[in-house]
Amino acid sequence: MAHDVVPSSVKIAPPPVELERPPLVENNHSIGWISDTVAGVIEDKTPGWWKLAISLSLFVSLGLPIGLIYLISTGVGVWGLNHPVAWGWAIVNFVWWIGIGHAGTLISAILFLLRQKWRTSINRASEAMTIFAVMCAGIFPGVHVGRIWFDWWLFPIPNANSIWPQFRSPLLWDVFAVSTYFTVSVLFWYMGLIPDLATMRDRFRKVAGKVTEPAARLRNKVAQFLYGAFSLGWTGSNRHWSNYEKAYLLLAGLSTPLVLSVHSIVSFDFAVSQLPGWHTTIFPPYFVAGAVFGGFAMVMTLMIPLVSLYRLNEIVTIRHLEVMSKVILVTGSIVGYAYAMEFFIAYYGGNPYELYAFKNRAFGDMNWSYWWMISCNVLAPQFFWFKWCRTTPWFIWVICGFVNIGMWMERFVIVVTSLHNDFMPGNWGYYSPTWVDMITYFGTFGFFMTLFLLFCRFLPLIAISEVKGVTVQADPHHPLGGAKH
Amino acid sequence: MESLDDYQIPYGLMAEFDTPAGVMHAAEKVRDEGFTRWDVHTPFPVHGMDDAMGLKNSPVGWFTFVCGLCGFFGGMLMIWYMNAYDYGIPVGGKPNFSPFGSFPVAYEMTILFGAFGSLLGMLYLNRLPRLHHPLLKNMRFADVTHDKFFVVIEADDPKYDEEETRKLLKKSGSKHIELVNE
Repeated sequence: MAHDVVPSSVKIAPPPVELERPPLVENNHSIGWISDTVAGVIEDKTPGWWKLAISLSLFVSLGLPIGLIYLISTGVGVWGLNHPVAWGWAIVNFVWWIGIGHAGTLISAILFLLRQKWRTSINRASEAMTIFAVMCAGIFPGVHVGRIWFDWWLFPIPNANSIWPQFRSPLLWDVFAVSTYFTVSVLFWYMGLIPDLATMRDRFRKVAGKVTEPAARLRNKVAQFLYGAFSLGWTGSNRHWSNYEKAYLLLAGLSTPLVLSVHSIVSFDFAVSQLPGWHTTIFPPYFVAGAVFGGFAMVMTLMIPLVSLYRLNEIVTIRHLEVMSKVILVTGSIVGYAYAMEFFIAYYGGNPYELYAFKNRAFGDMNWSYWWMISCNVLAPQFFWFKWCRTTPWFIWVICGFVNIGMWMERFVIVVTSLHNDFMPGNWGYYSPTWVDMITYFGTFGFFMTLFLLFCRFLPLIAISEVKGVTVQADPHHPLGGAKH
Repeated sequence: MESLDDYQIPYGLMAEFDTPAGVMHAAEKVRDEGFTRWDVHTPFPVHGMDDAMGLKNSPVGWFTFVCGLCGFFGGMLMIWYMNAYDYGIPVGGKPNFSPFGSFPVAYEMTILFGAFGSLLGMLYLNRLPRLHHPLLKNMRFADVTHDKFFVVIEADDPKYDEEETRKLLKKSGSKHIELVNE
């Protein structure tokens, strides 16, 4: 491209070797190149793989209406739920999906507060992932109540007998936590999108005169109108940026305690009960670490193919993948520590029911789920101690696949194995899911992927203005930013 | 013959720059001249531009703070009203209202209201959404969201004088200056 060459008159003194870091956007591209590349994803013709992927996603998502209609019209008996396991796949899936969402908020909020500039290449797609994952998560508790026409009892409005919801229940805290989480994630995501939607508006406006074909003209008009309306008349004014950056910082500051609280409150659903295996104080930090762990794995599962299909590997570089692999290694090890600590406390606490619950997890009749969990969550990420493993995309992708499975198994272990053998042997039982459980869960994958593919096609999947802001060309004190020596 | 341009009201002078450093030095000059109704338009927030323009700290935080407080106390009040005042439900011998049991929900509502306060406060301070802006008609200005930087001095500014202001912008290094109409 014409504008990606640095003028030869510019001489840049290299930093001392120990301070040298690879650039966030490789090959010294200009800031214009960034908008051309990211907007190109939207402006180019729909790729064949995208059409294939969305057809497949839509097909898989059919499982959701089929499973749900059958469930609602018949009753929760069509699921594998029975005494004593009354929380089965639905709650496992709920916690799994909501945990996946946490990585998006960690990237957008916590890494922003920690000034981790590499986050700008991945935060938009991760935030989208968060929103879609929370949508999938929200389906399960909503239908799990059985009589879904009473779902409105969750809202703080009086029912037909003038009775209000009971606010001492962690399940109601969860309603507030998850709905706040969804709303704030959408606000944060949308606010980040405003300048990029303005970029799209202006790009479609610039080419409007050159478009002659009637269908393309209509498309151009619709695009200008929609991107224009949602960019709210953004002009890149510095007076606006000043308020915008402050609001962004505040939203990051609010989202950080939010994301930590959401999975803590999800863990209260278990920890506040009396059941051995659930009633532990380690749950909130352990759940949050696990959520970040599983969420980062899902970010990589989505980003690695996306980046290579759209050829965005100069913006999302190997360095980004390596840093995320390190996050997976750290959080995976924290999760491993939590598993060990749970066992230690079960032994040291001297409660025979608690000790039994843990022995039963590792050696009882559902031990397969426990060992899947240990292998995927604790052992698999240990490969990331080695640089080759952290910098080879296909290998990272395989490990992240295991982590996704492992985190699902973790929730299965917590929910199901704790319930199936509790205090009295007369109250013990086994749990198996039915085909309805399965197609509903797989249906959410289709739903999630459909939304994610639509997002990639119609919205800038990389935060254009934020990536521009972290390049050296954007720094007015750097020679590439135009500063005179 | 009269043309439509004779009836145009000038909005201001728009000067284009290629680099963040260029636009920042120009902004410093415009600030030192004492202009008040002017702005810098950039594709991304340029570090140090607030100082270069002489802007004060943004007051968005007040919106967040006040809304957050309303969320917290509103949440506490809601739970007290619903579970202790309007229709008490005794559960497990626990008090009908306790700030501890109510804390998680009030905490979430603090964040929820604070987030709305931040976004809506930002939009209010920026007078957005705005359906029309004179600059958005200008095709050259369309590059502001791409890779160009602009200084715009409005005709309403008390110090504005088309000739003098144009000279100032030229002197500060702009290669393209044009008059934008309302």
